[in-house]
Amino acid sequence: MDPHQQHPIRLRINGQDREFDVESWVTLLDLLRERAGLTGTKKGCDHGQCGACTVLIDGRRVNSCLTLAAMQDGHEVTTVEGLAKGEELHPLQQAFIDCDAFQCGYCTPGQICSAAGLIAEGQAKTIADVRELMSGNVCRCGAYPQIVRAVASVLELDAGALDEGKPFTTGSVLV
Amino acid sequence: MKPFALTRPQDIDGVLASLAGGARPIAGGTNLLDLMKEGVYDTPSGGMAPLHLVDINLIAQAGLDRIEESGKGGLRLGALARNADTAYHPLVRDRYPLLSSAILAGASPQLRNMATNGGNLLQRTRCVYFYDVGVPCNKREPGTGCPAKHGVNRQHAILGTSEQCIATHPSDMCVALRALDAVVHVRSSSGERDIPFAEFHRLPGERPDLDSTLQPGELIVHIELPDAARFVEHSAYIKVRERLSYAFALVSVAVALDLDGDTIRAARIALGGVAHKPWRVEEAERELEGKTASEAAFSLAAERILQGARGWGQNDFKLTLAKNAIVQALQTAVRGTAYARGEKE
Repeated sequence: MDPHQQHPIRLRINGQDREFDVESWVTLLDLLRERAGLTGTKKGCDHGQCGACTVLIDGRRVNSCLTLAAMQDGHEVTTVEGLAKGEELHPLQQAFIDCDAFQCGYCTPGQICSAAGLIAEGQAKTIADVRELMSGNVCRCGAYPQIVRAVASVLELDAGALDEGKPFTTGSVLV
Repeated sequence: MKPFALTRPQDIDGVLASLAGGARPIAGGTNLLDLMKEGVYDTPSGGMAPLHLVDINLIAQAGLDRIEESGKGGLRLGALARNADTAYHPLVRDRYPLLSSAILAGASPQLRNMATNGGNLLQRTRCVYFYDVGVPCNKREPGTGCPAKHGVNRQHAILGTSEQCIATHPSDMCVALRALDAVVHVRSSSGERDIPFAEFHRLPGERPDLDSTLQPGELIVHIELPDAARFVEHSAYIKVRERLSYAFALVSVAVALDLDGDTIRAARIALGGVAHKPWRVEEAERELEGKTASEAAFSLAAERILQGARGWGQNDFKLTLAKNAIVQALQTAVRGTAYARGEKE
């Protein structure tokens, strides 16, 4: 068993078929940034705690730092670079601008990919759901209210509920 | 990460042969890669070094990612089904809202999309000393000592600890599985067997390096849930943590009640965040049978469950917190099943 073995893999990244030879220890995140030339996806903690590396694999949001590139052979990857249609921004990208949903911008690609995954999952029915289901993405600038507003606007949820200030519980809901 | 070999067998026999040869399985990878990046598996303790990882995702077609009826009102959860797909599955939501709720209380949506059911059972403790390869840890390197006993132990166990280890099992899902009397079905190249959930995880004792009774070479194939229709109307998962979301439990409680009016026919109470395995005291549940659902009865049960508990300094508060959380979870379940966010509101 050769630990330095190269794994030939084919990925469809943002609609383009790409081929790579990777060592076993190359994460999908490192492949995207270092070998595919797609630096939109960010490395934050590299341990699945911050969400900066969030991408979509076959349409599902995942932490790209915690999966091996060789394990994703044959899969379709969407990064923040793949969301816009030419010059036309993805509705989430436009909403982040309109809602001023970032300051330094480092977490933003992960936030936007995560929000795209959240919308596809179809589980968020309320503002509280959006907050809970965006909890895998940390924003150290603290733009959370604006991020929630941006995601809620694309989901067409009543953003007025944002200002109620009602605390919520996770897991089971006490009513 | 240090270099390691990776193989990707197409069928279960290939996987089992690799495991028999000493390979470690990788499925979601969310905990294993995290630990490998920290160097936890590079320590000189021998058996833990993952020189060979076997990717088990390609054998999902064999039905390992399915959630299906098992007959007699039960469900079979494939080991490779993702945590999110399990929590949101209509059969799980309808028949085991407690399990849905517990899974959705854990990790983040991204991690739940990746993490598998089998991997959830096998995740390692988040004890900071286990993660820090620069310090001793009996779980990581047996015989080196346990700095947690006199160190940073706010997250640590208060029940079933040993002189060797006071780590907790971090899973939420497993707390619900314990309350629901799940059975873990495992296979190896030499056969298969069923492990009752109570016997799957173990207490640290003299061997804190062993988290479970899974033997080398064995692969979790699926998790069987027995019929729990009588608990559907009155269950609750309460999780107390340092922030509202995406944090491990200080204390969590999974409760399922079978009520006849306000009389308790049957009760299930399992705790997370307090021990090396989900904690359940079945005598306390039996003592509730036939009693009227009341705060007094629940407090008595809580006292019984916490019998023998001890704090280690920073986690002394868990003794009181656990009792209060048990009472609150039982009272919540009496009022009717508490659904997770995103479910029936």
